[in-house]
Amino acid sequence: MAVAVEPKVMTPRATPPTWAEVNRDIIKTLDPPGRGWFLGMAVILTGLALGALAWARQLKLGIGITGYTPPIFWGTYITTFVFWVGIAHSGTLISAVLFLFRSGWRSAVYRAAEAMTVFAVMTAGLFPILHLGRAWFAYWVAPYPNIRGLWSNFRSPLVWDIFAISTYLTVSATFLFMGLIPDIAALRDQATGWRKKIYSLLSFGWRNSNHEWRHFMRMYLFLAALSTPLVLSVHSVVSWDFAMGIVPGWHATIFAPYFVAGAIFSGCAMVITILVPLRKAFHLERYITVRHFENLAKLCLLTSSIVGYAYFTEYFIAWYSGNPFERSSFYNRVFGEYWWATWTMISCNVFIPLLLWSKKIRTSIPWLFVISLFINVGMWFERFVIIVTSLSHEFEPWQWAYYTPNIWELLIVTGSFCWFAMWFMLFIKFFPSVAIAEVKEALPPPGRTHAGGGH
Amino acid sequence: MATPPVVPASPGVVGVFDTLDALLLALRELKAKGFTGLTVHSPVPHHDIEDILDEPVSPVRLFTLIGALSGTAFGFYYAIGTSLDWELIVGGKPIVSLPAYVVIGFETTILIGALATVAGMFLNARLPKLRKAAGYDPRFSADKFGIVVMGGPAQVAAAADILRAAGAAEVNDV
Repeated sequence: MAVAVEPKVMTPRATPPTWAEVNRDIIKTLDPPGRGWFLGMAVILTGLALGALAWARQLKLGIGITGYTPPIFWGTYITTFVFWVGIAHSGTLISAVLFLFRSGWRSAVYRAAEAMTVFAVMTAGLFPILHLGRAWFAYWVAPYPNIRGLWSNFRSPLVWDIFAISTYLTVSATFLFMGLIPDIAALRDQATGWRKKIYSLLSFGWRNSNHEWRHFMRMYLFLAALSTPLVLSVHSVVSWDFAMGIVPGWHATIFAPYFVAGAIFSGCAMVITILVPLRKAFHLERYITVRHFENLAKLCLLTSSIVGYAYFTEYFIAWYSGNPFERSSFYNRVFGEYWWATWTMISCNVFIPLLLWSKKIRTSIPWLFVISLFINVGMWFERFVIIVTSLSHEFEPWQWAYYTPNIWELLIVTGSFCWFAMWFMLFIKFFPSVAIAEVKEALPPPGRTHAGGGH
Repeated sequence: MATPPVVPASPGVVGVFDTLDALLLALRELKAKGFTGLTVHSPVPHHDIEDILDEPVSPVRLFTLIGALSGTAFGFYYAIGTSLDWELIVGGKPIVSLPAYVVIGFETTILIGALATVAGMFLNARLPKLRKAAGYDPRFSADKFGIVVMGGPAQVAAAADILRAAGAAEVNDV
């Protein structure tokens, strides 16, 4: 007997937007902000003000208002510094590395990720200064000609860090702005009044001509090629801030790749955390699709496994080395007084991301959002564990101490999140948070049915 | 339909195209007829346009190379020079500790290489452009393509015919 099979109801594949629609939809995100934006901004500015007040108090009374306990003088500030530098990394990975690999899916998400990179480095850069008792002498670390003829010590990883972070900030900001030029030209062509004047200035008179594209595409390719080793170097150098020291728990050759993988892991999670509300608020569902989120989730899954493997290696080597200080330090991490920090780190960074093996979870935006928040927390704790637990448990038992951040440090950390959010909120209202030109490049040109590659 | 007469006095003509294929058709025809000095406006770069125009590789790469090499030299010079300026032995290490300076040299390579690349783009693409480009239409940053042909009256008239025949939506004087 023939069984009548009900035809499966197929959801029609969403038709790709046309080029004109891309311009319209993305330029619409720059419309005057609504009540939600102002409300968000009010909360952000309040948090920032609280952080600024805490810092003002620290400047007045000295670094003693923090919870620093000898010998733990690298605490929450350095933890948060490494956290923000790490966050920055996935932006460059998505914008530069995936560009070199010709990954088509990057075009819709790279702009937001790249802006995140620049603002995260701007936030990270504050922490070495916040960490100083006499913050006004921060410039002493820079090698500049001075009357005493003294220069900074170029053998110090802290000086390497100055070079790495300032290069990273300059190059990633340049990369972001260069990518924006054709889009600013598109904004200029539609804007009126004072906005048109500003966008005209910022677009440098860009006209989308072959004489410009020819050089632009070369420039973009080389910037991507230069940013790729740069991004790998920056977190390696940050890791050497620790690995060059002989503190048990820091002095390991695995640190550079371990930190880079962790950075990309935390950054991808942060991109998810940012894209979910951005997509919802600007109705960008046609551009930032579930496929983009799934790919980001896969990156998280990959880097989570690398990070998990690095954790395992660290513990294994501590045991295998037979070095009593290393063994004691790592034993203390897991079963000592910082067990809560270590287990938060392992749970959030290794166990919870295992959920992403399920396609159902990987393609569910609410799930991804929640998991990304856990990863953000876990990666902050990873840096806390590496920095604080190692310092708290050095060679001699009389050196051992216990440190927890106090309210002033936590206010400054909160302020840093608000500082980051403030720049991002301003960015999305002045510049397109989705790349207009690159999204069009990935779509069929007018009169064709397939994209056929960009340039 | 009669072809509207072209005003021969204008120094150039711009064809506005709705589709990429019509643009490519016109471009091929113009190239075949020996027109030079064409300007193609396209909202995004496209390899088909590049193939027809067949322009040499952009010299921006030279800027990158020279910038990056200068950066390497500068980084090492800076670190070595300042170390020798005040010879202070730290931790029993040599005054010129090359492995440590590789990090400095590497970062300055990237920094100056990247900035030189951007400078190369600006110089070669002749940016910033302060004057309005002849024949530019704001739609060229949305979803229209354009070809601007400049030349003498006879050339402009011939170009206008080619643009129209290839299916330009509009052919306007510049």
